[in-house]
This record gives sequence, C-alpha cells and structure tokens, in this order.
Amino acid sequence: MNVSTQPLPVVTEPRHAPPNYLNDGYSVRSWLLTLDHKRIAILYMISITLFFFIGGAAAVLFRVHLLTPTGALFDPGTYNKLFTIHGVVMVFFFLIPSIPAVMGNFLVPLMIGAKDLAFPRLNLASWYVYMAGGTLTGYAAIAGGIDTGWTFYTPYSTMFSNTNVIAAATGVFITGFSSILTGLNFIATIHKMRAPGLTWFRLPLFIWAMYATSVIMVLGTPVLAMTVSLLGIERIFHVGIFDPALGGDPLLFQHLFWFYSHPAVYIMILPSMGVVSEIIPCFARKRPFGYKFIAMASVAIAMLGFFVWGHHMFVSGQSMYGGVVFSFLSFFVAIPSAVKVFNWTATLHKGSISLQTPMLYALGFIGLFTFGGLTGLFLACLGVDIHVTGTYFIVAHFHYIMVGGAVMGYLGAIHFWWPKMTGRVYSEFWGRISAAIIFVGFNLTFFPQFILGYLGMPRRYYAYPPEFQVLNVMSTAGASILGLGFLLPLIYLLWSLKYGKRAGPNYWKATGLEWTTQSPPETENFETTPEVVSEPYAYEFMELGNAD
Amino acid sequence: MGILLAAGHFQLFPDQASLFANDVDGLFFFLLTITAFFSILIAGLIVFFSVKYRRSVSPVRPPPPEKMWLELTWTILPLCICMVIFVWGARVFALAFHPPADALDIYVVGKQWMWKVQHPQGRREINELHIPAGRPVRLIMTSQDVIHDFFVPAFRVKQDVLPGRYTSEWFQATEPGEYHLFCAQYCGLSHADMIGTAVVMEPSKYAAWLAESPSGKSMTETGEALYRQFGCNACHGTKAPSLAGLFDSNVVLQNGQTVRADESYLRESILAPRAKIVSGYQTIMPTYKGQMSEEQLAQIIEYIKSLRAFREPEPEKKQ
Repeated sequence: MNVSTQPLPVVTEPRHAPPNYLNDGYSVRSWLLTLDHKRIAILYMISITLFFFIGGAAAVLFRVHLLTPTGALFDPGTYNKLFTIHGVVMVFFFLIPSIPAVMGNFLVPLMIGAKDLAFPRLNLASWYVYMAGGTLTGYAAIAGGIDTGWTFYTPYSTMFSNTNVIAAATGVFITGFSSILTGLNFIATIHKMRAPGLTWFRLPLFIWAMYATSVIMVLGTPVLAMTVSLLGIERIFHVGIFDPALGGDPLLFQHLFWFYSHPAVYIMILPSMGVVSEIIPCFARKRPFGYKFIAMASVAIAMLGFFVWGHHMFVSGQSMYGGVVFSFLSFFVAIPSAVKVFNWTATLHKGSISLQTPMLYALGFIGLFTFGGLTGLFLACLGVDIHVTGTYFIVAHFHYIMVGGAVMGYLGAIHFWWPKMTGRVYSEFWGRISAAIIFVGFNLTFFPQFILGYLGMPRRYYAYPPEFQVLNVMSTAGASILGLGFLLPLIYLLWSLKYGKRAGPNYWKATGLEWTTQSPPETENFETTPEVVSEPYAYEFMELGNAD
Repeated sequence: MGILLAAGHFQLFPDQASLFANDVDGLFFFLLTITAFFSILIAGLIVFFSVKYRRSVSPVRPPPPEKMWLELTWTILPLCICMVIFVWGARVFALAFHPPADALDIYVVGKQWMWKVQHPQGRREINELHIPAGRPVRLIMTSQDVIHDFFVPAFRVKQDVLPGRYTSEWFQATEPGEYHLFCAQYCGLSHADMIGTAVVMEPSKYAAWLAESPSGKSMTETGEALYRQFGCNACHGTKAPSLAGLFDSNVVLQNGQTVRADESYLRESILAPRAKIVSGYQTIMPTYKGQMSEEQLAQIIEYIKSLRAFREPEPEKKQ
C-alpha cells in the first residue's frame, strides 16, 4: 500500500507559527496599506465573499417568490430590482474578480518564483478601486435600487427606468479599472519575473490561464468603460446615442455591451479551467495529458472570444448575414473548450486517483462545464436560438457555465490552496459533504430551467402561467439546497483557521513552486530565488499526499 | 402535441402549432442527441476512471507519451459536428427570414406593457392575435418606447421589436387553438404582464371574425384618407415621385445606390425623408416624425402598398 506512515509535520510544529505573511503585523493599517500580494488576495477574498452572499441572498429571495405563478413575495418592481442586483453583483463584483483577484493575486508570484507582483502599489490600488465601485453599486442598490437587468439594455436604461441607473453604472465603470490594473500587473509579472529556468512551457497551466484572462481584461474592459460612459451621457444629457427617439440606435448599445460582456464570460471561466488543470494532475498523480494543447486552448479561447459577441443578438434585429457569421465563429470557440475537456479526462486514464474535496470540485466542474458547453451549442445554433434565447434555457445554460463552471472552480481552488494560504487543514468530511450538496442542489436548481426554457417561459418574469409551476418549485427547492451548500464551506473553513491541523509546506504533495514554501508562506515568499530545472507536474517523482 | 404527464397542465415539451416548429424541433432533437452522447461519454469516463484507477489499486505510473492522433481526433471531430450544426441551424434560420410572397401582413405595435395589433381589413385588437390556420402570416412590428420581443413558443418564433424601425417575423400556424404570447425582452416594471394569446382559427372563422370589425374600414381605406389629410397627394406624382407601383420595386437613389422599397424604406422616407433621396428629385419633403401615430403610419404604408398594382411607366427613372 502507498499509505504514508510517517508522522505528519503537524506533530513537530512549534506552538507559534514561524514568521509568515499572516503574522507579519496585526494592525488594521498593516492590512489596509499592505503591498504584499498575499494579503491583498485575502482582502479580495473577504470582499468578494461578502458580495457573493449579497448576490446569493437576492437569488434566494426571488426563487422563493417564484414558488407560485402569481409571485409569492414581492411587487413587480422589487422583483425586478432583485434579479438586477443579483446579476450585477455576481457578474461584476464576484465572478470577474473571483479567481483572478483572489487566487491569481496569491498564486501568480508564488507559482513563478517571484517575491511579489511587478507593481505592488498598483495591486493595492486595484483593490481600493474595486471597493469604491462596489460601494457605489451597493449604495445604488440600497438607495432606490436598479431595475434594468445586469445588461443595461437601452433605451430602457437610458430614457425609461426611474431607478438608480447612474450610480450602479458608475460603480461598474469604476470597478472595471480594477480589472484592467490587475490584468496589466499579471501580464507584466508573468513576462518579466519568472524564476530562472521557468520557460513558458514549464509554466503551470494556471499561469497560462491567468495570462489569457489578463489579456481579455486589458483589451475588453476599456470597451465596457466606453459603453457605460455613453449610457451615462444619454441618460444625463439626453444626447441621442442609443434611443431612436433622440436619433440613436439601440442595437449599437448591444454591440458595444457584448463586445465586452462575451469575452467577460471567458474572464470568468478561463481561471477555473486553470484551477482544474492544477487539481486534476495532483489527485490523479499524473502529468496533464496534452499540456501544450490545454495551454494553447486558453490562448485560443481568449482570442476567439472577441469575435463572437453577435451571438447574443440573433433575434435583436441584426441582419441575417450578421447572425450567420457570428454563429459560424461561435462554433470555433467551442473547439478549444472541447479539447480541454478531453485532455482533462484523458489525464485520469491510468492515474492514481483519490477523490478528496478539491478533486470532487474539479470533476464536478468538468461534468457541469461539459453540459453547460454542450447546451451552448443550442444557442450558437441559429435555428434553435430563435426559440430558446430570452427564455429560462439561456438562464440555465449560463448558470451551468458560471456557477457549475466558474464557482465550482473557485471553490476547488479555495479548497486546494487553503492549506497553503492559511497553513491549516479543513475538515475533509465536511468538505466532501458540501461538495456533494452543492452538486445536487445546483443540478436541481438549474436542470428544470432547461425544460422551462424550451417550454417557452421567458426570463425576468415575476409571474408566470400555472403550467410552469412544478418546474419552478423544483428549481426553488434546488436553490435552497444550493444555498445551504454554499454556507457550509464558510463555516468549516473559518473553523479550520483556529482549530484545523497545521498543514505543513506541501499538504497535497503537489508539484509547483508555491508548494516549496512554508505554509503560510513568509512575506518574501522565497528565501532564495528558486531555480527551475525540470518540466512541470512531475508527479511520478513525488511522494503521495498526506491524507492517503 | 405536448406530452401530458399526470394531472394538471404539467408539460415537458411545448405545443407544436406551426410549420416552423417542426424545423426547430428536428434540429433540437439532433442537438439533444449530441448533448446526451457527449455528456454521458465524459461523465461515464470520469466515473469509470475514478473507480478503475483509484489510489488503493492503481499505483503511480510514469506518464504516457503524448498522442498527437488523439489530440487531432478530438479537435477535428467536434469541429465537423459543429459545422453540421452550423449549416443546419443556418438553413432553419434563413427560413425565418424569408416569408412567402403571399403572406398575410399584420401590423403589431408594442408599448409598455401591451401589444396592439392591426389587421389589414381594419380590425384591431390588444394582447390578442387572431390568425387563420394554414396560411403564412407576416408580422410587421415596431415599438413606441423600449425594446420588446414578440414570442409565441408554440410557433417557435421570436423577434425583438424595436422603437424607430420595423422588424418582422412570420409563421404558418397549423393547429387551431389558443397559444401563449410572451414579451421576451425585458421591458420594465410589468414586463411579465405583457402577455397575450395567439388565437389560431379555421380560415372561414377568421374571415367571419374580421368582418365583425367595428369601424368597417380597411387599413387601405383609412390610409388613403390620411394620405390626403397629411397632404401627401400635393406633391407625389408631380414634384415628388409617384407612389404607384413603388412598393417592392427597386429605387435608384441620388448617390447611385439602389434600394428595395419595402415597409422599412417607406417608413424611413416618411419619418426621415432626407435619409434616402430618390435620384432626380429635390429634397423638399418635410418630416412627419411626431405628427402621426405608429398605427396611422402603418395605415398610410398599407395604402401605398395597395398601389403596387398600378405600376405606371416609371417617371422616377428619368434623369
């Protein structure tokens, strides 16, 4: 048997942890003015967790409302504000910053053997910019709310909505700069600060994913800023840009909005793909099958993602030929995603697999992302899109990508690197239970929505015909389970901070430079700059992980 | 035909009530098969590998060599499948853009939060759309305020309805009955109340229903009266191009381009006359923007369309 019998490092650890980034100063000032990428990652983690539960609470409320055909809880205006705040908060303040700003911040320097990001002050500024945007949007949500949907479609958002559009849009505008700055920082860091010997094709796949994501952030987000600015100009000064009554063109807004917001979907999913590419080799004790294909697929997705925005607009009034071209291009972006899925699956072949919590999330990710991706074909396919777009089918599809994909990836990352980030081990039992609850709750919430969508139930309806009730009740039941599933990690992870076993430097016996440091890493990351002399993921030479 | 399960209204599959529904559903089931195949393949492999190569029985092995043929297979094969879906999907999509020439034109105006429908014979309705079975129907749609979307799930058709322009959708209903009509583009407070019923009738019953029109005047008749009331006849035919035979003809513009005189062209020429100037004429026409309602505009357009039969020796061809 391969079970490790040597005593865990825990036993011999001194009572006080050696100097590390967490005990390097306890004052509020030492956190709020820190230039340490790891501490900034923690600041981000706390902030996005807060936004995640705000957005989640809104979702629970409107799912409960949808238990009855006439709506159980709210008046139409409140319902509209709830789904809008859910979308805006989850997309702009949770999903987009989630893995890049938390895990990317923490891991990029550690994985490439650097002491910090290239621009530590800029990194701290990014967090302040993010918080400024988040605060403003939070204010908008409380002071009157906003009811445009997260897509801000014109001319409704510019000339008709009586809600707090300007404050919310300004919040989104400001937060965009935090994305741009983070992306810049990562690109510069990955280019210039890799340890000696760490060539491009020795980089962890997570770094490739972060690099591709950063390119999208830097190229795409300025377009969001422009779009939101134009929206503000029309709403405040009544300059005809989007509203035909003023001489504008409403489709122009949709083109601009999706030019950013489609690539933004890849900002959300590419980092998760990077996480999965780290977890699977570790728990299969095997090099990733097709390393270069997985790496290049990330780059391909980042590039192709900029040429498919029009597939959100097949029934918008865009020309038939426009629709045909965007459909054609959209199918190409499916290919690198498929290549990744096949390579991950092949990595399992002849591995030595253990199903610990991070692996459960990674395998769950593959399953849900595959299903989400395949249902994306229905939407890229012009003939079927006519029927399913604007319905619950599309809601189900993008939640399979954004929750089944992006959130599962984020939770997988948290569970995988938690021992590194905190130096503590969480309860494996509760980890597995929660992963299972989230998987079941997720599918029960969103699978019925595919059927609802094909039946024709439009999204953003606060009331619906009675024949849709059974499926809505199922979805709400699933959402309650999912909500519980998301609360559990909050509890046992916090619990582990005080009561968890000490993790030791390399809890999973994983490859990668971040695991050569102590846990939690010291402020300077590495005592001496590491030198890389071999290929990544040499799991055949690693001893087995602790828990086995 | 919905698959009815148990009691009540519960359905797993929507009614099929148009020719187009068959085209969409055929494609849908093809995609469903592909989705089921690959989902089961991937999920099955994950479970199979996780059990077969579990840590307790499967030792760590040296990595296998990379297999280029495998990478190429799972790149090219999905690409081929995707191209089949693309071509099939584009063919169905193209159907939706090409209504038959004999389609019945019905005008739809969306506003927060209702659908206003005008039949050529003059009958109007709100939040209902009466149509004959077995005959292609084309909806010419616009909005008075924000973007809406005219969606009849049983017909599998959906099209955004925009302010400031016409968009259209067409279908040929097959089964008499009543079907849901939804607004499928979020349009504000009572978006979920912007719903109605598409009533498919036997053609004879539809004719009888049309005849019950309270005004008794067709859109063409009303449009002709408006045509005089707004003074269109003062210029058209003399200082301005004759409108006889204009509809559906090709118009040569001052800048040398040629455009087809469809509803959108007529609409633009009335509301923004300077946008497209007919070759050989002065830009003397004033705008009628803000002076007529969407319904009146549709009536005038319907009147101009009725003149298509009277095609004269075209004076506008002269330089």
